[in-house]
Amino acid sequence: MAVSFKDALRSGNFIVTAEVGPPKGIDITEMKAHISLLKDKVHGLNMTDNQSSVMRLSSLVGCHIIKEMGGVPILQMTGRDRNRMALQSDLLSASVLGIDTVLCLTGDHITLGDHKEAKPVHDLESLQILKAVRALESGKDLGGNALKGAPHFCAGAVVTPEADPIEPQLMKFEKKVRAGAEFFQTQAVYDLEAFKRFMDYAGKFDVKILAGIVLLTSARMATYMNQHVAGIYVPDNLVAEMAGAPKGGALQQGIEIAGRMIRKIKEEGIAHGVHIMAIGKETVVPDILQAAGL
Amino acid sequence: MIVAERKPFDEIKTMLAGCRKVFILGCDTCVSVCMAGGKKEVGLLASQLRMSFKKDGRDIQIDEDTVERQCNREYMELVLNKLQDYDLVVSMACGAGVQLLADLSEPRQILPAVNTRFIGMTPQDGTWEERCRACGDCVLGETGGICPVTVCAKGILNGPCGGTDHGKCEVDKEKDCAWTLIYRRLEKMGKLDNIRKAFPPRNHLVQCHPAKQVHEVYKGE
Repeated sequence: MAVSFKDALRSGNFIVTAEVGPPKGIDITEMKAHISLLKDKVHGLNMTDNQSSVMRLSSLVGCHIIKEMGGVPILQMTGRDRNRMALQSDLLSASVLGIDTVLCLTGDHITLGDHKEAKPVHDLESLQILKAVRALESGKDLGGNALKGAPHFCAGAVVTPEADPIEPQLMKFEKKVRAGAEFFQTQAVYDLEAFKRFMDYAGKFDVKILAGIVLLTSARMATYMNQHVAGIYVPDNLVAEMAGAPKGGALQQGIEIAGRMIRKIKEEGIAHGVHIMAIGKETVVPDILQAAGL
Repeated sequence: MIVAERKPFDEIKTMLAGCRKVFILGCDTCVSVCMAGGKKEVGLLASQLRMSFKKDGRDIQIDEDTVERQCNREYMELVLNKLQDYDLVVSMACGAGVQLLADLSEPRQILPAVNTRFIGMTPQDGTWEERCRACGDCVLGETGGICPVTVCAKGILNGPCGGTDHGKCEVDKEKDCAWTLIYRRLEKMGKLDNIRKAFPPRNHLVQCHPAKQVHEVYKGE
């Protein structure tokens, strides 16, 4: 039987998580193939929640399928699409289905996705979802009403180590720690020296930090992220390394860079683990792990 | 103030299809200041419509007036008798003004000529920025006079989301991140402790729509 994510965090082992996205539609063949490929190679598999504000199969059902297939699901929950009633209801439902790890997120803004005219909810933000998790565990909902059976979760959150300005980001990080976050999966990091400085600060808190690893698939992607994705900075030397990859070899170069970073993070004890986001290229996650020596 | 913008001309003209006698009623308060529905804009719309209908060879009588405050009964009573003989009244007031006009002149058909957008302020001439969502539970005292409910696209209360980028918002790179502004302001004020605490979820009960309030002195009347 798979080890629970909470136990994996407690084990002191180097933690590896990866990410699977539910499909737009009901054909879950590819999603199941990704789960099948990754479930035994990682300590937990995140199931994204209408990622990038694009409507898809729910993260709750995706997590249920991971569970059924013998993996360890990490339920991503954003406050963008559901109010506090729906979020709490889904948390109870997750618990009944044996899904006991949740990542609490504010969620990308609705205008970034494919239903730009929809009403953004944002009744609860990341911190308040974390607090809702802890409230439910105490046997009461956010309305103060007693529950018939309380759930128990391993709750996590996210942080952007390279946010600019960093101070308000760190202030929020500390609020999440105080609200009971047990682990953090970070936004993608590429500059490990800068990340070490973040860890000098974050390492003081009793939480596990998993460094975000986003697979680079081309120099163009790296440049695009530098220009358009908040909190992601790919240093020039890595952009050049991607640009210098032989024709048709950019993906392999990206796998090598990701593997090299993971190896360094593990060997130097920079973070407690890594969270691999191979957006659209989930099938190469085992190659990244191999390149990392894991 | 309430900020509105006039509907596109073609939309307004289409709404008037089939009418023979139309009255355009402006409002000289907020929508006048934001140049959407005051006396000048009423005159402009009336002229545009007259010219356009004339060009189409249609005979429509269009008359106009502007009241001081279309959302206030006292002012509206001064103008109601002027509207008697018209098929339809086009209101250039905000949504509140349109509704009071409709209530007071029932069953006459009333049409809105502006879209009411937000409560805002004027940082410079000709520009209006939304600064209040009328949430009914003001936190400005703690956030350095910058409203996270309004200025943050997600209205979040506990610091920046992951979309903040060099002080700008993920929704629009031209827009400032409210939480960066709040952080900077409170830093200057020496009041960063204000936002170190966790703000609880907002109480939407205080905003339960449609909201109503009666001044203490008028209760029981």
